[in-house]
Amino acid sequence: MTTTRELTLKTEPFVLNIGPVHPSTHGVYRMRCTLDGEVVVDIEPVFGYLHRGIEKLAEERTYTGFIPLTDRLDYISPMSNNLGYCMAVEKLAGIKVPERAEYIRVIMAELQRLANHCIAVGSMLNDAGAYFTPFMYTFRERERIVDLFDMVCGQRLTYNYMRIGGVSQDIPGEFLPALHKLVDRLTIFIEEYENLLKLNEILLARAKGVGILEKDTAINCGISGPVARASGIKWDIRRNDPYSIYDRFEFDIPTCENGDCYDRYRVRIEEMRQSLRILQQAMKQVPKGPVKADVPHLIRPPAGEAYAHIEAPKGELGYYIVSDNSIAPYRCHIRPTSLINLAALRQMVKGWKVADLIIIFGSIDITMGEVDR
Amino acid sequence: MAIFDSALIQPLAMQVTPPDWPGGYWWHWLFFTVAIIAFVLIMVMGAIYLERRGMGRMQSRLGPNRTGPFGLLQPVADAVKVLLKENIVPTTADKIVHWLAPVVAFAPVLVIFAVVPFQNGAMLADLNIGILYVVAVSSIATVGVFMAGWGSGNKYSLLGAMRNVAAVVSYEIPMVLAIVGVVIVSGSLSMNQIVTGQDIPYILVQPLGFLIFFIAACAEINRSPFDLMEADSELTAGFHTEYSGMKFAMFYLVEYAEAIAMSAIIATLFLSGWRGPWLPPWLWFIIKTFVVFFVMVWTRTTLPRVRIDQLMGLAWKFLFPLALINLFVTAIQVVVWPDISQWIFVIVNIAIAAVLILLWSKFFKLGQGRVEV
Repeated sequence: MTTTRELTLKTEPFVLNIGPVHPSTHGVYRMRCTLDGEVVVDIEPVFGYLHRGIEKLAEERTYTGFIPLTDRLDYISPMSNNLGYCMAVEKLAGIKVPERAEYIRVIMAELQRLANHCIAVGSMLNDAGAYFTPFMYTFRERERIVDLFDMVCGQRLTYNYMRIGGVSQDIPGEFLPALHKLVDRLTIFIEEYENLLKLNEILLARAKGVGILEKDTAINCGISGPVARASGIKWDIRRNDPYSIYDRFEFDIPTCENGDCYDRYRVRIEEMRQSLRILQQAMKQVPKGPVKADVPHLIRPPAGEAYAHIEAPKGELGYYIVSDNSIAPYRCHIRPTSLINLAALRQMVKGWKVADLIIIFGSIDITMGEVDR
Repeated sequence: MAIFDSALIQPLAMQVTPPDWPGGYWWHWLFFTVAIIAFVLIMVMGAIYLERRGMGRMQSRLGPNRTGPFGLLQPVADAVKVLLKENIVPTTADKIVHWLAPVVAFAPVLVIFAVVPFQNGAMLADLNIGILYVVAVSSIATVGVFMAGWGSGNKYSLLGAMRNVAAVVSYEIPMVLAIVGVVIVSGSLSMNQIVTGQDIPYILVQPLGFLIFFIAACAEINRSPFDLMEADSELTAGFHTEYSGMKFAMFYLVEYAEAIAMSAIIATLFLSGWRGPWLPPWLWFIIKTFVVFFVMVWTRTTLPRVRIDQLMGLAWKFLFPLALINLFVTAIQVVVWPDISQWIFVIVNIAIAAVLILLWSKFFKLGQGRVEV
């Protein structure tokens, strides 16, 4: 290979800067790519453009006052962020959440997973070049989910719905019938959506076998969520370390074997189905009762530390909180799913073309708000 | 060899005088020069409107509907907006090349219409080598695109321009071979005579040729799924990344004028051009052009984008052999059975096309493309 090149034309790799402002970097991610023609020789990720110091800000706020800031971490799925943080504080302060609130939390978390995977799948196909059609379809369905969130908390993006010891307010009477309708609608939608491009020759050629993430690499890099499950790791915190009331529901953990972009796409579609299953069970069982435990306005957890992790739509989302018995956390560390899932990007894209780099990056599904915090 | 007589010598010998149009006067040239420019501009506006509204419908959104009735004035508003924008030339750009590129790209697209018949004989020049002229002229636009890519001094532009040149060089071959099939059947290179010869539209007589030509035309004019020269999710805008204001408007115009030109040529070669019952011929021509353009919009909204190596593979391993076989079969049919009814060839050729495509798709896969680095 080298000799042919020397005989014909002298070529040399060049550096192409993808991002921070680029249609496919899902925010302000930046990759300094070394390219040999179209082939990616190396990439060097650069991030921090969206750093707001949220972990430090936590130390300045009361425990309740930090909840709105968690919305701004992974702004695609704020409900999960709320849930993870509230669980950590509850663990620290030893607060018992009422039954009804647990059900509402699970319903919200699963709706959030559906909304997140809608965006993840749509934007991955958009990165593959299907000009906005799959993206708009999923956004249409996400709108329906956001309507429900709007119904319970009056917000459409940063919900700020969960509270320490429960949720901020009870669900309105029309919520459960609307949820019932939505679940039926989404069941049909997922079938239709999968049929749109499932066996499309171009998508298969673009995504199958592309950007393979080996099982060992995935474990070594600490990758979690759908990306890990697509590589064949059967790891889901809802099952492996059950929290809230997930042990009461029947659902499967979809896994795939190859760990390529197509598998990550399929795992997400399958997880949407499983979320619908959980929702179907949960909405039938919602009990009556209070939605918030009796907690004081200014919580002073006993000195100590706690780590709570949940299966957020993108993977394991953890909050580590240290308390010094004051009204604000002494230290709050967030285990960001998106950042850790990016760890294997370099191994995944080496040797593929620029076009593959975009689709591999899209298939990981990151939010810059969470990467940079 | 009767075939060569009819194909090449006869049109040269024959003085073409359109029967229902007074040709040959000086005002004929003047009228058609003005008419073609007006036609191209108006058709481009129609195409932009059709694409934006049609894509809006397909993507479950409305599309532009604020300017004028049904948003009909949106192309005008876009044009005015873009003309008022500042013209920015990057400091790294090669100024002269950067300035010339839009002109070089636009002129050939305009002159293609010189030989397209709007009605029987209603064309600027009824060249006896009309289709050859189209093939020759349409590839000159690539020079403009490459000038834009090189002159901008931007790596995205350069990558896009490189892809464009590679694609056009490859797709020219199956495209021309598909045209040769039509020329053999019609026995003429003149666009007007190809239309007058189409008692049966050549889409039926040459189904394989039509498919090859359509795919190759899509690749040549950067329409999805082969739009990787301006792949927005990879190269932001490809070769015209660094253009703004009027020069960008020129490239925008070129893009749609090329699409309209190719639609017009497909309508002329395969859909019997201006021929049709009841309606006036020029209206038939416009309707057919827009139908072809609509199919291009349709594929754009549905399909993901192929990668550069897959694009090359499709041209050389799939379209090229099929085009050769198509040419061979057509030649045999015309030489061996010159007097037989074309309806028999319609059935035979559709069967051959179906069998060939099925067989070839078994052997041919778009394939993966990892390179060891």
